[in-house]
Amino acid sequence: MKRPLKKLWVRFLLASVISLGLMLFILLFGLTSKNFSFFFPRRLDRVFAFVLVSFAISYSTISFQTMTSNRLLTPSIMGLDALYLFIQTVIVFFFGSGKIEMLNGINNYLLSIIIMIGFSLILFTLLFKKENNSIYFLLLVGMIMGSFFGGLSTFMQSILDPNEFLLVQGKMFASFNSINTELLIISFVIIAIVLLSTLTDYKKLDVLSLGKDQAVSLGIDYKKLVFKNLIAISILTSVATALVGPVTFLGLIIASLSSYVFKSYKHHIRIIGATLISLIFLGFAVIVIERVFNFQTTVSVIINLIGGLYFIFLILKEAKK
Amino acid sequence: MISFDNVLKTYDNKTVLDRVSMSLPDNKMIAFIGPNGAGKSTLISIISRILKKDDGDIIIDDETLDNWNTSLLAKEISILRQANHLSVKITVRELVGFGRYPYSKGKLNKEDNVIIDEAINYMGINHLEDRYLNELSGGERQMAFIAMTIAQDTKYIILDEPLNNLDMNHSVKIMKILKELVEKKNKTILIVIHDINFVTNYADYIVAMKDGKILFAGDTYEIITKDILKQIYDIDIDVVSLEGKSICLYYK
Repeated sequence: MKRPLKKLWVRFLLASVISLGLMLFILLFGLTSKNFSFFFPRRLDRVFAFVLVSFAISYSTISFQTMTSNRLLTPSIMGLDALYLFIQTVIVFFFGSGKIEMLNGINNYLLSIIIMIGFSLILFTLLFKKENNSIYFLLLVGMIMGSFFGGLSTFMQSILDPNEFLLVQGKMFASFNSINTELLIISFVIIAIVLLSTLTDYKKLDVLSLGKDQAVSLGIDYKKLVFKNLIAISILTSVATALVGPVTFLGLIIASLSSYVFKSYKHHIRIIGATLISLIFLGFAVIVIERVFNFQTTVSVIINLIGGLYFIFLILKEAKK
Repeated sequence: MISFDNVLKTYDNKTVLDRVSMSLPDNKMIAFIGPNGAGKSTLISIISRILKKDDGDIIIDDETLDNWNTSLLAKEISILRQANHLSVKITVRELVGFGRYPYSKGKLNKEDNVIIDEAINYMGINHLEDRYLNELSGGERQMAFIAMTIAQDTKYIILDEPLNNLDMNHSVKIMKILKELVEKKNKTILIVIHDINFVTNYADYIVAMKDGKILFAGDTYEIITKDILKQIYDIDIDVVSLEGKSICLYYK
């Protein structure tokens, strides 16, 4: 029992050092006393956004996977990403680029968050009233709603003025450039509240990974735990999406990498681990974009490229077994 | 003592449990038998909180199920359903450790570790302790799950078809251990089994169900007769006595 524990600490230390190093590099590289006051606050915002988004996706993906007992799902299956893009499309469609502040400021952020959380709350309460509706039924409804919003968005986008479509397109990909400090602070407060109110749930989620029946047998209030965590997940996903754009695919990669690297069933280890891996991933992606590609590409492209490759690797590995 | 009072469960228009009432004896191995769709699993799921009843009451130790606090009840009743697929990678010892969750809420102390050791010893799976669950055979995995139930140390243990897909060796091993739990540790075990000869050999008490009703209930020797089995299963079953045990012959 002693050896794996020691190994776990080594892995944690390594992940922490690498992620800290990358964050410091992003924060401090090329700073001089002349440009300090211009670059530093902006870079600080960005690193802060990395941390918030990393935690939000880690918690939501991992607890979502436990609740659905499926390691290949992410909360995006509930249609929140699609709803976000739909909201953005609707704003451009009806207000046009003339009201560009609608698209970037705090109004859009709050509007998106409120609609996304409201949508999930309605979905959960409607579906949880009936006893026989399982969580899979909820996923199915979410998926259908997701494609419904996706379809509507595509339709509206295709009749948009090309210049205005460019605005929507900018929202389709995750971006960590030009993050609004005000939004960061609001996001931080919301995420901190969710973090504190779910602190007692990590052990319960550990038990839930044995499956619903066994968790009930061991005294878990299943309905309460799942309902609470679904709300937490929808809040975290909404906040992360409204802050930087759709990033749920990242969740799939980091959740899988975290259980691969840290090899633990315990949720606090898996979630902290996934957060560190996400920081490494994002830090690396941003450095590559800025230093190698000279800002010619976006974080989303890197996430999808590396994520796709990783999944091909996983599938090949599984096939060999 | 567990008793039911007028328990009703319907799905859409189909009545699965038709106002069932009875009291179960303590300190016995109680087998629930009957054809598929008789309502055995439904009744057992309702006692174990996995399903909700539509009407009636379940009374556990003088308190209705609705009034029981879930985390306290986890120290009274444990359920084991057919060993399911797990999405997490955990070792046998970690699994057995989950049995202590109702007591220590995930922070295992010295006492918990002693009980976990005992449970693993009891099942004779010490050699598997550090193996991952997904690397084990079906029988070994079921042994690990039962060790978890033993570590949970509840007065009542509910098992839903625990012998499904197991070989004879593991089946007999498991039934012997369960019998020992009843006799030496004063547990009450509620078990759903389809193989009638395991029932005649190990159960003390039988509850026979059909079409959502309890048809017969009584000590094993009272129920295992040609006449009663015919009424339950609608086929002719010969009951022969072999070395003091009843054996049912239904392979005709």
